[in-house]
This record gives sequence, C-alpha cells and structure tokens, in this order.
Amino acid sequence: MPQPPSSPSWWGVARLSDTSTDTETPALPGDGLREGIVDTLRRDLGEQLIDTYLLPQKDLWVRVASEAWAITGRSLKLQGFDYFCFLSAIDWMPSPFGKGEDDPSAPPAEPDPEAGAIKQGYTGGDTRFQLFARVTDLKRHVSVTIKADVPESLTMPTWIPSYAGANWHERETHEMFGILFDGHPDLRNLYLPGAFEGFPLRKDFPLLSRMVKPWPGIVDVEPMPANDDETPAEGGES
Amino acid sequence: MTMLNERQQLSYIAAQAADARLNVELETEGMTLNIGPQHPATHGTLRIIARLDGEQVIWAEPVAGYMHRGYEKLTEVRTFPQVTTLINRIDWLGSFANEVPFILAAEQLMDIEAPPRAQYIRTIMFELSRIANVSLFLGDLGVQLGAITPVFMAFRDREYVLNLIEGATGGRFHPNFDRIGGLKDDLPKGWIDETKQVMKKLRQFCDEIEDLLFGNEIFQSRTRGVGIIPADIAKSYGMSGANLRASGVDWDLRRDQSLPMAWDKADFKVWTHPDGDSWARCWVRLQETREATKIVDQLVDSIPSGPVMAKVPRIIKVPEGEAWVSTENPLGEMGYYVVSKGDLGPFRVKIRSASFNNISITPWVLKGVYVPDIITILASLYFILGDIDR
Repeated sequence: MPQPPSSPSWWGVARLSDTSTDTETPALPGDGLREGIVDTLRRDLGEQLIDTYLLPQKDLWVRVASEAWAITGRSLKLQGFDYFCFLSAIDWMPSPFGKGEDDPSAPPAEPDPEAGAIKQGYTGGDTRFQLFARVTDLKRHVSVTIKADVPESLTMPTWIPSYAGANWHERETHEMFGILFDGHPDLRNLYLPGAFEGFPLRKDFPLLSRMVKPWPGIVDVEPMPANDDETPAEGGES
Repeated sequence: MTMLNERQQLSYIAAQAADARLNVELETEGMTLNIGPQHPATHGTLRIIARLDGEQVIWAEPVAGYMHRGYEKLTEVRTFPQVTTLINRIDWLGSFANEVPFILAAEQLMDIEAPPRAQYIRTIMFELSRIANVSLFLGDLGVQLGAITPVFMAFRDREYVLNLIEGATGGRFHPNFDRIGGLKDDLPKGWIDETKQVMKKLRQFCDEIEDLLFGNEIFQSRTRGVGIIPADIAKSYGMSGANLRASGVDWDLRRDQSLPMAWDKADFKVWTHPDGDSWARCWVRLQETREATKIVDQLVDSIPSGPVMAKVPRIIKVPEGEAWVSTENPLGEMGYYVVSKGDLGPFRVKIRSASFNNISITPWVLKGVYVPDIITILASLYFILGDIDR
C-alpha cells in the first residue's frame, strides 16, 4: 500500500504492527489525559486491566478481563464517562464463506491452513467473541473503547446499572451474536421475529442472498452491456 | 442557568397522578393501546405499545425492527467504496452526512487525508444535508399537532436545498458523492451563488416557522413542560444531537473534536436549552438550522482552490486496524467502528446511529404522560426509522 509520505498526518496513526501487544503497556507520549484514565482504571481494576492501546491525542482502547466488565462500567461512570455511546460485539472468526465474491460454480479453493486462525485486533484477546463498548466524558472531551473477551458460556454481566442506554444495545448484541447478559431485564429480540433461529452477525451465519447469487459488483470492471457499441465513457479517476 | 433534575420530572408525574387520584371513583380498567406500526407520527414503521390507565400512560414500549435491513452484515460482503451506497440509506433525509464518518474512518486507517477543497465541500454538503433534514422536521412538527401549513412550507423550501445537492452530486436523496480520499467531483459552475440565495431563503423559512409555529399558543402549550428529559438521564441513555443539547448539555461533535473537516474554519454557535422538554428540542433544532445556513455561507466564501481528490490507489485496500469516527449528524452522533483486516472490504462495521439511542429512552420518558403527548414527544425526539433499524 503506497502511502503519500509528505501528506500531513492529522491522525498520527500508528500501525497495528508497530506495537506488539504482548509487551507492557505501550509508551504514552504526550497524552497525560488518556494516560491518567488508564491509571485510574488500573487502580480500580488491578490485574484485571489486561491491555491498552493508545493513539496519542486520538483514541484509547482498553481491554479488561471478562469478570471485570461490570466493574469497569461503574469505574468509568465514576470517572466522569457519563455519555454512553454504544455497546456491541465482534466475532473474530474469519468467515467460512469468504466474501460472497467467488463464483459459486468454481471448485472450492484450497483450504488455507491460516484461514481458520482467529486473530483479534487492537489490545489482543483470547476468545472468538469480544464485547466492545464506547463511552465519552463530555467535560474532558475524551472517549475510550472498552473491550473484553466473552467466555465460553457466552454470558456477560449487564451494563444497565451504570448506563441505562446499554439496554437496547445489549438486546441487539444478544440477538445478533447470541451473547447473554446476566441481569438484563428483557432480552427479547429487538429486530428479528421472535422465532428466528441463528445469530445473524456471527461469521458462520451465511448471508443467503450471497449464497444463491454471487455479488454482481465483482463484474464491475467489465463494460456494461448497454455500452458495448459506444465508446467507453471517460473515467473520472486517474 | 438552572439545570433540570429528575425531581422535576417526578413532580410532574406526581401532579398528574394526583389528578387521577381525584377521580378514583371513576377508576378505569387498564387498557393497551397500539400506536403504529403505520402512523404518521412514527416517520415510518415504529410501533408503540402503551399500557394506559385512563388517559395516562403507565408503561410504554417501542417495537422496532419493521425496517431492519441488516447493514452491518451486508457491509461485510462489500468493498470499502461500495459501502457508501448502503449507508446512504440509514438516515435517508440526510444521506450525505451518513457517508462522511465512514469515509473518514477508512481514511484514518489508510492514513490519508482529503485535500482542503474536498474537506470544505464535504462540510458544505454535510450542512446542506442537515438543513434538508431538519427543515422537514420543522414542517412535520406542525402536522403532528394538527397544523398543516408548515409542512408545505418545509417541502417547498427543502426542495431548494435538494436541488443544490442534486446540482453538485447528481442525487437528490442518495448522493453517494463521498470517496475515500476526497470527492467524486468538484462543484458545478454557478453553484456557490445559487447556494447563497438558497441560504437566504432558508433563513427566511426559519423565521416563518418561528412566527407561525413557535409563536403559536397551541403549539407552546402542547410542547412546554412535556416530555422532560434531565441531562444525566439523557447522557446515560446516549442521547445525542439536539436532543442532548436541549437538556442543557453543551456538546457538539462539530466543535468538540478535531476531524479533517472545515467546521473549525467557520464561526457558529452551539445552541443549548436548559428545559429539556419537547419545546426545547424543537427550538434547538430551529436554531441549528439557522446556524447551518451561516456555516454554509461562511464556507462557500472561503472555499480554497485545488484538487478534490487525493492520490488514492485504484484498488482500495485498507490496512489492518480499527477506527472509530463519529460526526454530529442531523439526528445526533453517528459513528462507525470499522475493523479492517487488510482486505478489500471491512471485517466488521458497527454502525452507531443516533436514533437508536434517542428512541431507546421512550420507555422512560413516556411513563406518566397523557396519550396526546405521546405524539408530541415522539415528534420532538425526531427519529428516522432507517436510523433505528439500520
């Protein structure tokens, strides 16, 4: 991927590969605000704060142990993170169906030994499912993304006592990923019919419309049939 | 400025309950009222189940999902440039504003930045989407309360804004104009002069609405003191945008975060209102529309020259990483949490849409209100179904 070397980088993005997640907390140059948040969280959680990832002046990711999920919510609320942004989950398993761009009549591709490997993103992880949530401190203008591994039982404590808005987000996460929330008053489906089977946002849930017909976007590079006898339109891109 | 607290809400409920207790001999059987899914007040297909005691709601619950399209799943089988077509349809009244945070998130992962001219045009189009969106809200507000005229004025004047958007992008509702690294095209000739005239018209429209609707006694008595949401409740439910500012929280992502957009080049005021009732939510939106026209005016004056597209590879592969970008959309904070694994398409996109959080407060806020106020409160919360269901 060629990067424009001279372009001013307002994001100051560090690549994922720049930091190895198994070392100690990465150096936090010049971001006392977010450093302080990590310190307060570490004081409240101790060993249960597993890893952090910081883009100085930009963003902060914190991974906590799954047992500490509820305590983290309370700790953040007490720190002043009173604005609840969202809560959701990620299924880190690579999709067994590819991206639906392959020709279904083609012979199946050679199984790639690395394809089934689960690789988590920032702050690492050990499980297939991870919860992540984001809260904001409106006074200090800072947000933090909290992540936690979801154990085999697929049960996590609820965040409703800390953030009332987590109610619907947990319902959505429950119906889309099948993660149960301990203490949630009402885990009925929010979107799907009550008798719906399966958890649509899991990677092993097939997207049926892609199963029966390949994504037509794959043929975009060919001229459209209507333009066959005309001169091809000049592309705007160079 | 006095902040509202929960006590005021509770005392309101208590006052109404006291009224009800006076009529205890006339006590009625509880009944369940279904509003929707097809109802003009629901902007689509939202169903509200309300348990009533006489005229008073004792329990209400919105039922969403009649328009769930599964965009989070669909993004996983599309390439990054193809995703904008989908996310255009989330909040269909302010489509361009939906594209921006996703494109910014992808640009953040790719470590590229749109040229200054593209940033300006993005911001202008973003604010035009806000004007188109909120002006419809202002007109529609009257319909909910039985006034038909404002909605015709809103459709009339929104048309000018849609013509502007169409002139620049080719699409009235779904521009699909934003590209990773910049914009599809530059502005057409004469567009800036036309924009300035339209902004004048829109300011006039705001004045008309303010006189006609906000100055109306019936409107005031229907909205003032109805559906009060205190600031701490609003924050813990994740309400955003004008709904949050109407509860007295001074928070606007246009001003309070640094993004490669041109908002910091414009001088505008973030309006808040201390009351937190339906009136405040409507009033803040009216002021926001005015501010948006001023932002557009300032930006079209100072728009820099140059290219509108950065150097971007023909086949866009986004490097591995995670990014969250949110912007202050017409309905509130809209953001995308994009996880890329270095492929042509995203691995996971979490779409945080404003209406989802804004409407999840309805079970709390509808408790204790009277039936006609349900409509007022829902209208003032201003949701769009595509934005709830995604």
